[in-house]
Amino acid sequence: MILLFEQLLNGLQYGVTLFLLAAGLTLIFGIMGVINLAHGALYMVGAFAGAWVSIQTGSFWAGLVSGLAASAVAGILVELGIMRRLYARDHLDQVLATFALILIFNQSTILIFGRQPLFTSLPPVFSGSVEILPGLPYPTYRLFVIAVGLAVAVGLYLLINKTRVGMLVRAGATHRQMVRALGVNIKGLYTAVFGLGALLAGLAGVMASPILAVQVGMGDEIILATFVVVVIGGVGSVKGAFVAGLFLGMTDTMLRAFLPTLLQQVMPGPEAQALGVGISSMGIYLMMAIVLLFRPRGLFAAQG
Amino acid sequence: MKKLLTSTGMLLALMAPAYAEATKIGVITTLTGPAGYLGEQIRNGLTLGLQATGVEFELVVEDDARDPNTGVQAADRMLNEEDIKILTGIVFSNVSGTVVPETVDSGAIYVSPNAAPSSLAGAECHPNYFVVSWQNDTLHEASGAAAKSLGYTTAVALAPNYQAGIDAIAGFKREFGGEVTEIFTGVEQSDFAGEMAQIRNAAPQVVFQFHPGGQGISFLKQYQQSGLLGSVPMVLSEPSYDGVILQAVGPAAVGLTGTTHWNADFDNEASKAMVAAWAEAHPTTPLTTYGQQAYDTGLLIGTALNAVGGDGDVEALRDAIASAEFASTRGNFAFGPNQHPIQDWYMTAIEADADGNPVIVTKDKILEARGDVYSADCQM
Amino acid sequence: MKREYLGMIAVFIALALVPFAAEWTGQSSWVRLVGQALIFGMAAASLNFILGYGGMISFGHAAYFGIGGYVVGILFHHHAAGTAFLGLIPGTDQMLITLPAAIVVSGMAAALVGALSLRTGGVQFIMITLAFAQMFFFLFVSLKTYGGEDGIMVRRTNSLPGLDMRDRATLYWVVLVCAAAYYLFLRRLVQSSFGQIIAGIRQNERRMAALGISTYRYKLYAFVLSGMGAGLAGALMVNFLRFASPDMMHWSRSGEFMIMVILGGVGTLAGPFIGAGVLFSVEVTLAKYTEHWMLPVGILLLLVVLTARGGLMSLIRRVTGGGK
Repeated sequence: MILLFEQLLNGLQYGVTLFLLAAGLTLIFGIMGVINLAHGALYMVGAFAGAWVSIQTGSFWAGLVSGLAASAVAGILVELGIMRRLYARDHLDQVLATFALILIFNQSTILIFGRQPLFTSLPPVFSGSVEILPGLPYPTYRLFVIAVGLAVAVGLYLLINKTRVGMLVRAGATHRQMVRALGVNIKGLYTAVFGLGALLAGLAGVMASPILAVQVGMGDEIILATFVVVVIGGVGSVKGAFVAGLFLGMTDTMLRAFLPTLLQQVMPGPEAQALGVGISSMGIYLMMAIVLLFRPRGLFAAQG
Repeated sequence: MKKLLTSTGMLLALMAPAYAEATKIGVITTLTGPAGYLGEQIRNGLTLGLQATGVEFELVVEDDARDPNTGVQAADRMLNEEDIKILTGIVFSNVSGTVVPETVDSGAIYVSPNAAPSSLAGAECHPNYFVVSWQNDTLHEASGAAAKSLGYTTAVALAPNYQAGIDAIAGFKREFGGEVTEIFTGVEQSDFAGEMAQIRNAAPQVVFQFHPGGQGISFLKQYQQSGLLGSVPMVLSEPSYDGVILQAVGPAAVGLTGTTHWNADFDNEASKAMVAAWAEAHPTTPLTTYGQQAYDTGLLIGTALNAVGGDGDVEALRDAIASAEFASTRGNFAFGPNQHPIQDWYMTAIEADADGNPVIVTKDKILEARGDVYSADCQM
Repeated sequence: MKREYLGMIAVFIALALVPFAAEWTGQSSWVRLVGQALIFGMAAASLNFILGYGGMISFGHAAYFGIGGYVVGILFHHHAAGTAFLGLIPGTDQMLITLPAAIVVSGMAAALVGALSLRTGGVQFIMITLAFAQMFFFLFVSLKTYGGEDGIMVRRTNSLPGLDMRDRATLYWVVLVCAAAYYLFLRRLVQSSFGQIIAGIRQNERRMAALGISTYRYKLYAFVLSGMGAGLAGALMVNFLRFASPDMMHWSRSGEFMIMVILGGVGTLAGPFIGAGVLFSVEVTLAKYTEHWMLPVGILLLLVVLTARGGLMSLIRRVTGGGK
């Protein structure tokens, strides 16, 4: 029982990380119609900038601020310099351009920081663990990550539903042509949305950096799972990204944790292990396939 | 030191005119992507090892991007256009799968500083194919033996769900003999919180895990953060705690037990010379076993080239390499019947230095003159 | 029309002369370079048939490439070991058997994936094809008998009666003939009434449905045909490399095929071949000069997107002054 609860928390924490990445991606996707493969590269930029500054200054918080700034600036520069010219183009041209950006970001990171992964450590405040249930110590930092993720979700909800910018964003996600026709400063809106998406990706990167290896290509590994979240949630829907992110994070963790043991009831140990892990690696893709077969536009499709 | 070596090289060059022309050595290795640091270690280790022998050489380095297609294209160009007779450098088994057959079939020699897939160690062994590092299985047998010698009887063993990971757990179990709970992790997994909970739940006496590179960094960080470090001891084999991983995880590695075929504190001349040369050439990068394996590869190739006077006679060069008459940085070294190493394995402890950073200290020898199980299938 | 035929013949002859040219100039690795580029070109062209002509953006095309390759690898494995696949199908090293087998098996895989995926469209289709490809990838990574992650070696190229397939130039010419035949096949296919219907579905699916055409079935046929082409390319690649591994079906390989199509020119016959040739040879050439070759490749791709709408084919058309 305690194990189950702990695994649920682990799933929640993975889920909010996916949400931070997917929220930006789904907005960029929904509003500008851009398939941004380079979103993972912005996550990497955040992690590297954050880790490097915290090594130099010895402060996690200075690293957090610089990571956010670096990824947002990188995002805005990419939008102004490149993406802006591609909105009117085919999806496929955007795929090629953002693929090129991945190559450029990865190789530039090697040139700047070298090939070795960077050292990172927990901020001292969060380095311990809390006993959330009797006999269940849980790392404080992971609770902090969950809290930040939920806070961002609330913030995004307020931004999108209660502000004028949010209204434009909502309108842009559902009736792109209409917003443009109404003479709204669509260019500024696009840059802002792209920058916001990059900022959230950078936040995910900085938050993950004490837990994971800060290395070149770290964004390429997580970008697929992020796209799965966006598609299951429904393109353009932040709510969908939140629900799908948590759902996917939890299912993924649960499958990994319990499927092999369950399979061991019906087959010999080692085979059950191998098969169980095999199925849980495919798990998120299986889930996406199932969701799409029943709801071809995802759970919360923004666009009709 | 370096100066001395260079001048001996020049002296040798003066004595034998055949050395005057630099021998080209092809290096195909992985320099891009997350594993890029492995290729960097190998390239730098090779260079220093060859320099130490004083041989006149020229490295032709190409990145394989971990892609068998790119690797074999580079091999083709090196073998057929540049007329290179000796190739080395590959990090990953999948690249060896195309490059090694291509090389040996064209009559050239391949000396592996790292990748050693079992498919090339048994029935498919070849007189022109040498491995200087180790055969995969022995890495983890050493860890099993270490855990056993420490008196543990129950273990949780974790490795990624691909061939090398499955072999790792099998190798560990073979020597450990106790009760082992196996947990396979995802091939590209980086968050191990779920596994940490499972370990705590199973409450074993010892944990064995095999996660090279970035996965290893994530695993060790999370092991510490979950509070398991210090409560459940961990034994790991060398790819999971190389110098670069330790640098990235810092204090999270202190207190672990490792097993290795070489360590920086080895008390032999070759190893000391290598550590000094590396520190001078690459002061900010730690020397890992990848770099050491490549350095030994460089020593082996360089010594053989010196003995036969270049690569003019490939058969003579092959015989010179097969004799393995070089002073290895790991002390005892010999080739088994399949031209993979027979060597000793050691247990190490990861302790904290004055600043609290991890440093690897060699303890006991746990396996002596160990070859591999595949050599029995090799008929040359 | 006549000009087009002359052009095709000229290109074929030029490509057929590559082994001689390579020998004269001493650049003997050209044979392998052009051979690999031709095979990648076939895979990209098969993708382009559904992507460019049919508007179905498959992000999992490497799966069929890999499955075709593994058919050759697995059949050879059993041939060498003298065993049978699943205890039923004996192994073989005869190219006349392995290539058709690869085409059939990859076609079956494509039929399975297509039947499910084509129920969706747009971005969802992109992602669901990717999902199935990932499942195949993880399946082959865990197949211990066939090498798992390490891959499976095909110690000797498949044999064709009367030809010395160990000779590099002979193997190259076999690949070239296959590539040329595939090009002509696609050319016929695009111009056929089937091809017209596929293009019609891309332009306006509802109208085609209103005309009484079962669009789902036509799209599925196209998807299967395309998967078969990729399977053929994969089978040839394994013969060329003498090695099959899960890398062949990694998602980044699917992405690479897509990049080749877009770089060359979506919806053009020669585009994918040009894209494959340019991308592969630029990569290999730059890798020779710098370890940081990815940076110039990235910048180059970016420049092509920003300056040439419609890929390299549109640049070529602009230079040669139009024409088809």
